Amino acid sequence: MLSRVANSIYWMSRYIERAENVARFVDVNLQMMLDLPSGLTEQWEPLVIITGDDKPFAERYAGATRENVIQFLTFDTKNPNSILSSLRAARENARTVREAVSPEMWEQINTCYLMVNAAAARGYDLEDADRFFSEIKKASLLFDGLADATMLHDEGWHFYRMGRFIERADKTSRLLDVKYFILLPAATDVGTALDDIQWAAVLRSASAFEMYRQRHGHIEPDRILHFLLLDLEFPRSINYCLTHAGLSLHAISGAPAGTFCNSAEQHLGRLQAELAYTPVEQIIAEGLHEFLDGLQTKLNMIDHGIFESFFALRPLDGRRGFAHGEGQ
Amino acid sequence: MKFDGYTCDGFYDEMFLPDGNARRGATLLKHKIESLVDGELLDRQQAAERALLQGGITFNVYGDGAATERIFPFDVIPRIIEADEWERLEKGLKQRVYALNLFLDDIYHKQKILKDKIIPQEIVLSARSFREQCVGLNPPRGIWCHITGTDLVRDRDGQMYVLEDNLRCPSGVSYVLENRRVMKRTFPQVFEASRVRPVDEYPSRLLDMLQSLADPALESPSVAVLTPGIYNSAYFEHSFLAQQMGVELVEGRDLIVADGRVLMRTTKGFERVDVLYRRIDDDFLDPQVFRPDSLLGVPGLMEAYKNGRVALANAPGTGIADDKCIYAYVPKMIRYYLGDEPIIPIVPTYICAEKSDCGYVIEHLDKLVVKAVNESGGYGMLVGPHSTAVQRADFAERIRKHPRNYIAQPTLGLSRVPVIVDGSFSGRHVDLRPYILYGKDIYVLPGGLTRVALKRGSLVVNSSQGGGSKDTWVLRA
Repeated sequence: MLSRVANSIYWMSRYIERAENVARFVDVNLQMMLDLPSGLTEQWEPLVIITGDDKPFAERYAGATRENVIQFLTFDTKNPNSILSSLRAARENARTVREAVSPEMWEQINTCYLMVNAAAARGYDLEDADRFFSEIKKASLLFDGLADATMLHDEGWHFYRMGRFIERADKTSRLLDVKYFILLPAATDVGTALDDIQWAAVLRSASAFEMYRQRHGHIEPDRILHFLLLDLEFPRSINYCLTHAGLSLHAISGAPAGTFCNSAEQHLGRLQAELAYTPVEQIIAEGLHEFLDGLQTKLNMIDHGIFESFFALRPLDGRRGFAHGEGQ
Repeated sequence: MKFDGYTCDGFYDEMFLPDGNARRGATLLKHKIESLVDGELLDRQQAAERALLQGGITFNVYGDGAATERIFPFDVIPRIIEADEWERLEKGLKQRVYALNLFLDDIYHKQKILKDKIIPQEIVLSARSFREQCVGLNPPRGIWCHITGTDLVRDRDGQMYVLEDNLRCPSGVSYVLENRRVMKRTFPQVFEASRVRPVDEYPSRLLDMLQSLADPALESPSVAVLTPGIYNSAYFEHSFLAQQMGVELVEGRDLIVADGRVLMRTTKGFERVDVLYRRIDDDFLDPQVFRPDSLLGVPGLMEAYKNGRVALANAPGTGIADDKCIYAYVPKMIRYYLGDEPIIPIVPTYICAEKSDCGYVIEHLDKLVVKAVNESGGYGMLVGPHSTAVQRADFAERIRKHPRNYIAQPTLGLSRVPVIVDGSFSGRHVDLRPYILYGKDIYVLPGGLTRVALKRGSLVVNSSQGGGSKDTWVLRA
């Protein structure tokens, strides 16, 4: 597969997953605000922090009001990680590799983009928010289903899966980081109804609430952390995402599991081992924020490793120079 | 919706006879359309447009900042060509493509046709599209033009003429296939009853033809479509054809020439490419041979081509045969190389490079269509009867300065078809671009792209100038 095509498939997939996650974050926050006791101020700033774009937000918006944050995260085309920007980037990437994905996939991403673009032209409408954000989540899931059911499960599909899972792992880690440190109320609130509402929101933001209930029952922070970080059967837990990204990575390179033949596999394997052999109590004792911070750095190293190993231009045989042009 | 108020206005109508009755092949279609309940035809028109939008069947418009992406307007009423007429057109197109290829091979080798003074030597050698770099090249099978899109028009008298040949990178075939797909979904019953010849074999025909160009010693030759990239107006078509053929779509930056071979950069290292269906103009193919500032092409590509290590479709240099001056000599070519009379005539053409013609053209600018020989897409054109005195003076000046750059033809009364405008039927002018493949033998796709000038009275059908398209139905015998 052409390096350029592999690169575009990987990013197409990351951007769609990104749009889906942002839609879920906003939607869950909207729902949660309805459950908050009156008198409590609405918390919108954490959403901006999750996406890591708090600085550009502060530069261009006066205050983290509901309207501002939703505008910034949903329709703002100057924010490269807004839903609209992500879908546009996903679609542009899909367009450059239209011959490599199935027509159904292309039509799906195109239709979804046109829908959000039309909504952006109309402006945000709170009454319609529930339907709108569900549409985006569904569109992403439908796209994922189409990839699974209509695309050749060859190299391109594995790049697609890697993009999905690495983006998802990144978003789950950011979600935990922010909720744990910013939304966690004073110690006196722990174990109260408010605490439950907020932890439930964390789980819902990862579409994890009901599955968590099945697994663990009561809302307990360390179990939630275990579920979202380490559970091997929940498809949005970080460990699950890394495991499946790793399977695809090895399917592409052909290196046997447990070994590595490029830097992406090396970094990913190390991180997987770390997650596999660290109990959640130890993570909490040593500091969740520090752990998640390190995790994000390692995810970036994996992403960089993928770029270096598959997308970057390399000399042909050591003698020749680089081909002209450059990767993304 | 009824055709009651529809008039032919003195033009040849593709669907109706002058007395208002439908032509033989269109009777069923007329009946079916008129039997639809009110509003249904418009619903189907909208459904078709929605399908095209959702499928992203769009083209890009140059120099149009924000909205660079547009749907090619589509009208659901098909254009019908009956079997006997098509049979004759098919023969005529094969004859023409055959002769044009003999001309190309001659012109880049012995130039017999010039020595025998059938075509004035200076007209060929002075053409910007004549490529010095191609002299002596031997493309696979001696064929230069593998993919041709010939534009045909019908005048008031019902006669079909060749308007121009497109022998470089003719585009539009993807719309033929997509229009058909949309029509089958929108009008399944009419379609079924009409005995329409299918078009969906085109991608496999194209792939077979491309593979036939590779070194016969290769077991499974690797084919790729070379595109200038996502900003090209025909990008949709490039990716569509690559997808339909199941081959890679490559950009210049994906390719490298090493050890005389063309290689593409993949996630597993470099892989060989044997045949390139290139949708990049000659000028940009290889900066070492053509324009040195080209970033779209591949340095060393022409060297590999000359050495037979990679095949290119079409061959570089084919542009000389679709030069608008050379066009006037194609009937002579057909007689010279084949000893036959041309089956499809050309439009009478005045060559401004010839003194006698030049004077006539300048005196009759208000009646003629003047075309710049090096332009395409409807640019650099003067439609005399629709022009202003200022425009005519401007063209007269340009023609005097560079007569070689202009030709002129009488204004044709292009045939018309009904299209839906504001909820009723109205006649609009059309042309027809059939697609012809030349590999082991010559194949003509039944039908082709019918382009419609959607502006009332307009004769310019190009998509960049407000044209749309229709599905073209060639009926079975």
